[in-house]
Amino acid sequence: MTKPLSAPLEVGFDYTRSLGPTLSRFMTGLRQRRVTGVRGSDGRVHVPPVEYDPVTAEPLTEHVDVASTGVVRSWSWAAEPLEGQPLSTPFAWALIQLDGADTSLLHAVDAGSAEQMRTGARVRARWAAERVGAITDIECFEISDEPGDPSVPGDEVTMITTPVRLHYTHSASPVESAFLRGLIEGRLLGQRCPACGKVYVPPRPACPTDGVPTTDEVELPDRGTVTTFCIVNVPFLGQRIKPPYVAAYVLLDGADIPFQHLVLGCAADEVRMGMRVEAVWKPREEWGPTMQNIDHFRPSGEPDASFDTYSQHL
Amino acid sequence: MPNSAPEIAIVGFAQTPCVRSTTGTTNGVEMLVPIFHEVLGGLGLSKTDIGFWCSGSSDYLAGRAFSFVSAVDAIGAFPPIVESHVEMDAAWALYEAYVKLLTGEAETALVYGFGKSSAGQLRRVLAMQLDPYLVTPLWPDSIGLAGIQARMGIESGLWSERAMAEVAARSRADAMSNPLAQFSGAVDVESLLAEPYLADPLRRHDCAPITDGAATIVLAAGDRARELCSRPAWITGFEHRVDSPSLGGRDLTTSASAVAAGKAAGADRIDVAELHAPFTHQELLLRQALGLGDEVKVNPSGGALCGNPMFAAGLARIGEAARRVLSGEAERVLGHATSGPLLQQNLVCVMEGRD
Amino acid sequence: MAVQLAAVVGTGQTHHAAKRLDVSMAGLCREAVDRAMADAGVDWPDIDAVVVGKAPDLFEGVMMPELFLADALGANGKPLLRVHTAGSVGGSTANVAASLVRSGVHQRVLAVAFEKQSESNAMWALSVPTPFTMPVHAGAGGYFAPHVRSYIRRAGAPEHIGAMVAVKDRRNGSRNPYAHLRQPDITLESVQASAMLWDPIRYDETCPSSDGACAVVISSSATTGQPAWIHATAMRTEPTTFAGRDQVNPQAGQDAAHALWKQAGIRDPLSEVDVAEIYVPFSWFEPMWLENLGFTDVGQGWKLTEAGETEIGGRLPVNPSGGVLSSNPIGASGMLRFAEAAMQVMGRAGDHQVDRARVALGHAYGGGSQFFAMWVVSSEKP
Repeated sequence: MTKPLSAPLEVGFDYTRSLGPTLSRFMTGLRQRRVTGVRGSDGRVHVPPVEYDPVTAEPLTEHVDVASTGVVRSWSWAAEPLEGQPLSTPFAWALIQLDGADTSLLHAVDAGSAEQMRTGARVRARWAAERVGAITDIECFEISDEPGDPSVPGDEVTMITTPVRLHYTHSASPVESAFLRGLIEGRLLGQRCPACGKVYVPPRPACPTDGVPTTDEVELPDRGTVTTFCIVNVPFLGQRIKPPYVAAYVLLDGADIPFQHLVLGCAADEVRMGMRVEAVWKPREEWGPTMQNIDHFRPSGEPDASFDTYSQHL
Repeated sequence: MPNSAPEIAIVGFAQTPCVRSTTGTTNGVEMLVPIFHEVLGGLGLSKTDIGFWCSGSSDYLAGRAFSFVSAVDAIGAFPPIVESHVEMDAAWALYEAYVKLLTGEAETALVYGFGKSSAGQLRRVLAMQLDPYLVTPLWPDSIGLAGIQARMGIESGLWSERAMAEVAARSRADAMSNPLAQFSGAVDVESLLAEPYLADPLRRHDCAPITDGAATIVLAAGDRARELCSRPAWITGFEHRVDSPSLGGRDLTTSASAVAAGKAAGADRIDVAELHAPFTHQELLLRQALGLGDEVKVNPSGGALCGNPMFAAGLARIGEAARRVLSGEAERVLGHATSGPLLQQNLVCVMEGRD
Repeated sequence: MAVQLAAVVGTGQTHHAAKRLDVSMAGLCREAVDRAMADAGVDWPDIDAVVVGKAPDLFEGVMMPELFLADALGANGKPLLRVHTAGSVGGSTANVAASLVRSGVHQRVLAVAFEKQSESNAMWALSVPTPFTMPVHAGAGGYFAPHVRSYIRRAGAPEHIGAMVAVKDRRNGSRNPYAHLRQPDITLESVQASAMLWDPIRYDETCPSSDGACAVVISSSATTGQPAWIHATAMRTEPTTFAGRDQVNPQAGQDAAHALWKQAGIRDPLSEVDVAEIYVPFSWFEPMWLENLGFTDVGQGWKLTEAGETEIGGRLPVNPSGGVLSSNPIGASGMLRFAEAAMQVMGRAGDHQVDRARVALGHAYGGGSQFFAMWVVSSEKP
């Protein structure tokens, strides 16, 4: 069998996070080039702060300023930095115990080379010129015995924005790939389940009621019946068509399951359950491995199907 | 009058080959159909004989919300099934199923886990498991974090780069008898140590590979287990614990949660242990935490270092351990699973055969 | 059948709102947890294990957020489980926690469910365009609206039923201090005048998007006050779509209800259940689920609604809390139904208390009406 189709899938969003009192205090401090930890129930000063005590689970409220200098407690070498990491040149990941803190903070150390790094090394924070109130306000740490930079004024921070950019490769299943390749030729290729005989279009890797791979390809016509539908009146992100329009379930003749598609070519309020429809294909030169080759369905002009013919598909 | 809880055993286990990349979808159906067929067929069961289904998988591994939903197509979940899902390694799904059987509401359960790590960039995806305010924005990768933990142990004298390489060599040699392993072969420690660092102090052999795969286990209670299997792997202890997420606030050279889970599960007199250690030093750490002496055979399957299908690898460890009892090779075994960064969460399942 | 009994001994929830910008995710969870533990009169050492439920991780952009929340949830050194069964997850989470007690494994378990939708945009998280997949062109309600149309056709239900449910639930919500939407002045006319979003579903007939959390403490024995004894739990799943699937009255829901009533020893749910908290994110789902749950025959659910029998004071008050139509922190919405059912039989429902409520249903569903979780709680021991 030919290789299944695959394509990039980008998952990207800028998350907006409200901080609550403890994290707000810490992020506000960073904007001011100040590091503020919190004292735990056992007296330990946690940097970075914890909102709730790791031992007693009580909310912690005693804030303690610590230095922006400290000691490396352990490290590893990032020879090939990845997207989003603090430095684009080789650096060390390190747990750093800041002076005045009892726990360690994870951050990057710009040490130049692994040979320069060692546990016990003194480091100081290198602050970003533009600070927004985020852990990245510390660009990284550098190996140094010098004291930390003085703090500066800065506004309170109550929210942070965290961009997430992840890259995936999405694969279609083998039967779905055959279906998609059929679409490139303007054909609708379903699959029949060898156990129950039902015809699925688009086909599924396994029959959802029998759990067995489907085996028999079935070519289907590009006309069918509207089983049910809704009229979309609401605008939303990424919408292609100006509302109102109809999103309908269309049961192709010979198929045993409907799929959702657009019904255009008549007023939205003329669409009805049981209406017979036919596919309107995009121009052939625009076809690709996608159901969007069918631009929409339109009324075929045939008499409506009787309720009995599709009542089992609602 | 309270009822007493039934005894529960593992009666069947199947897993896919561990591979770097499958052509299947992230909903796991292509991987699951054959192993369901194998495990149910081997027991002479059909889907209608299963009283409870439970799975483990991750949306972020797949890059899509509700990625587990289509997986039930592999079951053929109609008529409807009694089913649940954890967003964790499927070892915790096994725990949920075990508890369900203890209530007496079901006599059999099928548990499965699947993961297609190759769909994304695993080292970056796992950064999403860290503290979203204080840590994830730095995008620390899983190997960089493991390197910090490894160095702590090395510098405290708990293990060494050589001991780590020995774990890798032994795992690959053991995996030669595991046809489903992703890596196997005879390698010597000196040549491993001559390799360059991937993330100093870790070399490539110290890190589990990126693996696509799935695994499934069938549980049964009491007499049902005896009917299905001549030598069930009876569960005598099943416990899990979690540690603080604070990476710089807990002792990374041990794992309090593994110690506690092992103690509660009764991790003693073990013949064979399958430990879910995605890094060589973590096997050494876990042996210590679980109190496993030199007499215990560890990871005869090759372990996660020779195939680490995310969200199924922990379940597979328990399955591999159970297999030694089912086959009569071992009397008392331990399966371990971990979840979260740097062994934050640990689960121990102790099983034994009865003649 | 179980090894020991289990009861809800405490419940807690947040003040639900579109954006709870005053708290972090941990703070949001703790608002509910602290209230539940205070209600139960228990402290951290009393808790044996923690179960967390939440809908997709993409909503908050954290993979398995229970891991970073372990400190805040008092879970360190304890067992921590994370359940994810789509929209039914809050209910499933409570059921898993109940199993942990019923099995004899634990004596006291804390179950927590949350969603902080304002961290992202649920519409985005649910509709990341997947390659090769036909965009639905319909938006959030577009998935369910066609099935509502099917119901109306099959049941011959009059158009105003959907609006009646919306009026009832929003007015009930105005009696609930934690509800996100509190609209005491809503009327049938105002609902019917609201925009038709996904015909046949109007704006006022849809749920809001909320930040919120819910927690329950489940115990093998009473702690303080009247507990809500768990008489039965049920869960069922079927595939999202398959040939011949009944999307209006899904078999999985019918099967779950059948098993639930049987386990609870209930023969006639309509006369034996005093109050029901049912997962109704679009108003039309009230009559649909009344039928699916077996409170009425098929095609008759809307008549119970139309007769006013689902109002507080009616034969079967449904969603006295205001329900999902008044607050919808997705991952927590199911647990809110379960917790509100418990609050009713514990007599702790305040201004939305149903008189003499002794037996209550908590219900949740998710995915494409394919995951169902339910429980029956009572003021009496089983």
